[in-house]
Amino acid sequence: MTQPFRIKTGGRIHRDRPIGFSFNGKDYQGYEGDTLASALLANGVHLVARSFKYHRPRGIMTAGAEEPNAMVQLDTGNRTEPNLKATQVELFDGLTATSVNCWPSINFDVQAVNGMFHKLFPAGFYYKTMMSSPNLWHKFYEPMIRKAAGWGKAPPGPDPDFYDQMHVYCDVLVVGAGPAGLAAARAAASSGARVIIADEQSEFGGCLLSLKRQINGKKALTWVNEQVAALKAEPEVTTLHRTTIFGYYDQNYLVAIERRRDHLGLPSTPAKPKQRIWHIRAEQVVLATGSHERPLVFADNDRPGTMLAEAVKSYVNRFGVLSGSRAVLFTNNDRAYEAALDFHNAGGKVEAVVDIRPAPTGKLVDLIKECGIPLQTGQAIVATHGKKRVTGVDIMPFDGTNVTGARTSIPCDLLMTSGGWSPVVHLHSQAQGKLRYVDEKACFIPDHCPQDAVSVGGANGDFSIAKCLTTGIEAGMQAANLAGFGAGLDMSEADTDEATVDYPTPCWLVPGEKEIGHGSAKHFVDFQNDSTAADIKLASREGFRSVEHMKRYTLTGFGTDQGKTGNINGLAILAQTNKKTIPETGTTTFRPPYTSVTFGALAGRELGDFSDPVRRTPMHDWHCEQEAVFEDVGQWKRPRYFPKAGEDMLQAVNRECLAVRNGVGVLDATTLGKIDVRGKDAAEFLNRVYTNAWINLPVGSCRYGLMCGEDGMVYDDGVTARLGEHHFHMTTTTGGAATVYERLEDYLQTEWPDLDVWLTSVTEQWATISVAGPKARLVMEKLNPHHDWSNDAFPFMTFQDVALASCQARIFRISFTGELSFEINVPSRYGRAVWDAVMAAGEAYGITPYGTETMHVLRAEKGFIIVGQDTDATQTPLDLGMDWIVSKKKKDFVGKRSFSRLDTTKKDRKQLVGLLTENPHDVLDEGAQIIADETAPKPISMLGHVTSSYWSEALGHSIALAVVKGGPQRIGENLTAWSLGKSHKVKVVAPIFYDKESARRDG
Amino acid sequence: MLKITCPWCGPRIEIEFKCGGEAHIARPENPDALSDEEWADFLFMRANTKGWHRERWNHVHGCRQWFNAMRSTVTHEFAGTYKIGEKPSLEELKNWEPIE
Repeated sequence: MTQPFRIKTGGRIHRDRPIGFSFNGKDYQGYEGDTLASALLANGVHLVARSFKYHRPRGIMTAGAEEPNAMVQLDTGNRTEPNLKATQVELFDGLTATSVNCWPSINFDVQAVNGMFHKLFPAGFYYKTMMSSPNLWHKFYEPMIRKAAGWGKAPPGPDPDFYDQMHVYCDVLVVGAGPAGLAAARAAASSGARVIIADEQSEFGGCLLSLKRQINGKKALTWVNEQVAALKAEPEVTTLHRTTIFGYYDQNYLVAIERRRDHLGLPSTPAKPKQRIWHIRAEQVVLATGSHERPLVFADNDRPGTMLAEAVKSYVNRFGVLSGSRAVLFTNNDRAYEAALDFHNAGGKVEAVVDIRPAPTGKLVDLIKECGIPLQTGQAIVATHGKKRVTGVDIMPFDGTNVTGARTSIPCDLLMTSGGWSPVVHLHSQAQGKLRYVDEKACFIPDHCPQDAVSVGGANGDFSIAKCLTTGIEAGMQAANLAGFGAGLDMSEADTDEATVDYPTPCWLVPGEKEIGHGSAKHFVDFQNDSTAADIKLASREGFRSVEHMKRYTLTGFGTDQGKTGNINGLAILAQTNKKTIPETGTTTFRPPYTSVTFGALAGRELGDFSDPVRRTPMHDWHCEQEAVFEDVGQWKRPRYFPKAGEDMLQAVNRECLAVRNGVGVLDATTLGKIDVRGKDAAEFLNRVYTNAWINLPVGSCRYGLMCGEDGMVYDDGVTARLGEHHFHMTTTTGGAATVYERLEDYLQTEWPDLDVWLTSVTEQWATISVAGPKARLVMEKLNPHHDWSNDAFPFMTFQDVALASCQARIFRISFTGELSFEINVPSRYGRAVWDAVMAAGEAYGITPYGTETMHVLRAEKGFIIVGQDTDATQTPLDLGMDWIVSKKKKDFVGKRSFSRLDTTKKDRKQLVGLLTENPHDVLDEGAQIIADETAPKPISMLGHVTSSYWSEALGHSIALAVVKGGPQRIGENLTAWSLGKSHKVKVVAPIFYDKESARRDG
Repeated sequence: MLKITCPWCGPRIEIEFKCGGEAHIARPENPDALSDEEWADFLFMRANTKGWHRERWNHVHGCRQWFNAMRSTVTHEFAGTYKIGEKPSLEELKNWEPIE
């Protein structure tokens, strides 16, 4: 017979739509509307998990997000999802789930022996037993713990599902669609405010879905349906189902995850994403997140079949499931009596209600008696029996402090417990709201919140439906008013048929005959992490008396449930142990996310090509056609080299280098940063931001400039040309373009607003083609035979506007290779056409396209630095041997004052030098450490490191640049470069290797 | 994700902005006249304020203007933002009309 524990009628499941599913390899049947947990319970399956440390059998404990035990892994392969709570997984046809943290099976778990040796696993046992030998830790303990620890398994490959993100604004965000949330949303929406109401469950109603209650003389669910219909009819209201607000950030920025397809068990598509992240900026927030029931902490309170009373009630009323046949309720309050009554009325047998209070009174107490349920008052459970399912409990008279007298055994297969309710204050706390402990209610409730938020209903410690409704209406109305909306619907006060109940009588730790921690009984506080009351007492004894320390020492409150059921019990037991009050002890901090969020949803569509913008030059397609190998420079795609058939990188780069040195090469230099500088103070501005002089640069000329920070460290470099008296064209490094532009704007806006200067980024407006090599002039002559390209007519460090076949070009005589170079700048849209023209013109001369790797070799041969490669923001111009570019005459410029600081004038600063290896064929690793004597006793002090290192085909030996302490004074010295276990003898030389006289730049 | 009100554009989300650290630290008129200690103070020393803090922001993915803000480093609440060259008091800032 399937579903033996399904009640004949009732519940919100669809009995006409049966669903087949598999759990731990066995097939079961449930109904649409079930969760995995309710379907398992309907089939009498309680043993669903093994605990983290002791691998004790565990069952389903709750009916919601607070579930600590029933974690499952869903699906298989790349779609598999670990660590879902069975209480939140909606059942769909073909669902496949397995337990986590058990091996080889749930019924027989090898590591359950941990429980037998529990004395070896006290709180902090990692630190106590495994720190003796670092060697043992690496080789034995860590691999062992890694295998034993953790819950589910990550998918083996990339997630094939689709996710997306939404960004929205609203006047009032209501979190939670229980009685308080629905009332608040309805009230706010009626004023015309834009309202979003989100709830984590499949349908709105919250606790009303699990209660037998009347509102205004009608079924509570009728009231829910009316509110939902009214909200859906409002054009300005967004209703979000299956949506968990998991993070509350500054200025009312809340983030939610909406599970759109999970409950269908169907693959997602780009148009129908699996999950969606909502980024919500709300003017006002109403937190109606309800409350979580707490378990009582007593001996062996974790056997499968031990459940929260509220959960049992929910399974009866919402899912039509009896969680057992013979139940015992153990409680410290009479609100929980309702669960026993509903269980009884649905056909279950309640063996006893065990109440720690000596003389409870009230309507529910009377009802229990009327039903003939044995009521054991002033009693406490001191032991439970059963292994994979609870089989009975022992009770003893309890005077509030100790248990004494005769033991009575009561057989049962379901143990309901209730220790009171904890408002779900997570979001309030994330919003930096304070908490206040209310003795009478035995819980923390929200206090002042610095953000525009208010907590209502159960989340505010108001546990009656009537109070939820009245405060909900009030809060919704007020939120709308604060967001600038007027009066709305006059919602009459709600009338409910609730029994008045007493608040719980706290009993944080139920004593046994033996002292806690003595004997084999365990009193679990945090079920997911196997933290017990004894662990907390031990933590306190060992000095971890602060709640934050206790949390980390015992792991109470960690894990996927973040201690939703255990935190308050844990800190109360700590308070008792420390002989302090609960407010004195305080709480730990709640941090996002409220429940687990998938990485897929957080990533959304920003994957692969969409993870970062890609910038391409106008010549990009040509490079692709030539099968260039690209490298990323910032967001730019730059050709690194252009391999011919059969060539590896070194061969290609060697060929490209020789082509530039002996013939002609061409480089796509479009990515260089370019800034248009205009205004009558433009020259003065450059004078202040560059280290050299700019006032007298003639129009038509270019100059190399070095930029420093105020700290005197080199920041960027580039060539800037004077286009007119008040007009300059500045170039920056490719990677530095944006930050240089920002920094210059900063000076203009905040330090020198009096200067008449205007900056415009023109990086993408110009395509740049650098033609370099002894035959470069021949190529240019072919491009425009009517122009005089001679050195006299077009000297080095000048520019000219020249007509080319397709367009007008601005051509610079500047060189980063040491060879004769013409840098052709044309408007971007002509880039490809001019590139093609250059290639055609150069064909006769064997023009060779080269990439950034060749550019690096060529410039290193000449000793030209690359800012960011040979510098790391700790080099002054002097450190780079570039004092020739630092003006001695200018009164002030950015960085000048710092050149005379004690630190920048030290003799042992790391400074730029060249290195030659003893064996000319050895190419050093970039980043290799420079040391004086590798035989010296360790630790050996580092003198510096290699910044650039290449094979130079033109020279026939390797070359390297390095920064070395007191570098220039060491020229001629022999040192050692060490990297990854290999060392090479090197000789320190001046940082220039090729054409030291610069005889080649004019061709 | 902060909500920051650019004095030129109005309220925008944090990702449009770049924070520039403590505000109202003027570059000295004549750096050469400063002792090493004074210059180091300008270069490196910043207040580590708990509470209301004046700081620089740049609407870098918007109007690209620099401006100043007064923000609580405890709650992240903004008392307000103001243009370069201004220096309103906390009370003045709180009473300013919001920019929409």
